[in-house]
Amino acid sequence: MFPLEAPPDTSAYMIAGYVIFFVIAAIYLISLLVRWRNLNQDMTTLEAIEKDNKRKAEKPSKEQKN
Amino acid sequence: MQSKPPALKILDISSVLVLAIATYLALIYAPEEAVMGQVQRVFYFHIGTAWTGLLGFLFAAGLGIVYLVKQDIKWDIAGVAAVEISAVFFLITIMLGSIWARPIWNTWWTWDPRLTTAAITELIYIAYFMLREGIEDPDRRARFGAVYTLIGGISAPITFFAIRLFRTIHPVVIGGGDPNAQGTFAMTPHMEVAFFFGLFAFTVIFIDLFWNRIRMGQLAAKVEQLKLNLMH
Repeated sequence: MFPLEAPPDTSAYMIAGYVIFFVIAAIYLISLLVRWRNLNQDMTTLEAIEKDNKRKAEKPSKEQKN
Repeated sequence: MQSKPPALKILDISSVLVLAIATYLALIYAPEEAVMGQVQRVFYFHIGTAWTGLLGFLFAAGLGIVYLVKQDIKWDIAGVAAVEISAVFFLITIMLGSIWARPIWNTWWTWDPRLTTAAITELIYIAYFMLREGIEDPDRRARFGAVYTLIGGISAPITFFAIRLFRTIHPVVIGGGDPNAQGTFAMTPHMEVAFFFGLFAFTVIFIDLFWNRIRMGQLAAKVEQLKLNLMH
């Protein structure tokens, strides 16, 4: 008969593994949210510039008619 | 930009739920492995992320083919989404493997065929994003991305079969492995539940992230188009 041995204490590595998993997952999710927010801001700004450009382009043609 | 579709909101919630269940199964439900101890629990997420990572790279190669045939930018947006999520998952796979290897192999890293092919695969897809950034023309960038993912996709099956084709110390838990492998174990029924649910959970999470990332890619394409319109 072999004596029954308890498995080695490797719990610190297990904790490290799951901490790393959740940290990387959180960093990726935050990066998605930040990029999404920045793109929305860019979209709003660019749409405003486009509208402004259109208005400027329409103004001279109205003045010419007058 | 359109608000989130209800189906995507449901998928978001489902992803959080399946991740919570997978964590419970891996950390509490599955029994402690008799030889390796608690660190063996890392295996459930290691395989789950590897599964989605490698399948995602193959999926991206398929999307590359579709782009080359259809020449529609939406397939490039989907390809980028697949590669990005897969690269993140595969990075986690490599890091979890390294943490597991420290107490089991007594080293953080060794140039074993599986570890080497995995590292090369990850580097190939990190380079993908760096090279894409250097191309300004959206059509040229998409064409380059499609060809690159098509060629890069070959690395996924090579990585998967590395432990079945070459002499290696990396364990093969399902199917026979090399007798020199260190850290092999037989799964109990409870371990199998945690294992297969992990695969399911990471598949759901991948689909959810993929959909969200595609929406972001579509928004980025609109912004880029608007910038080009304003410049000309």
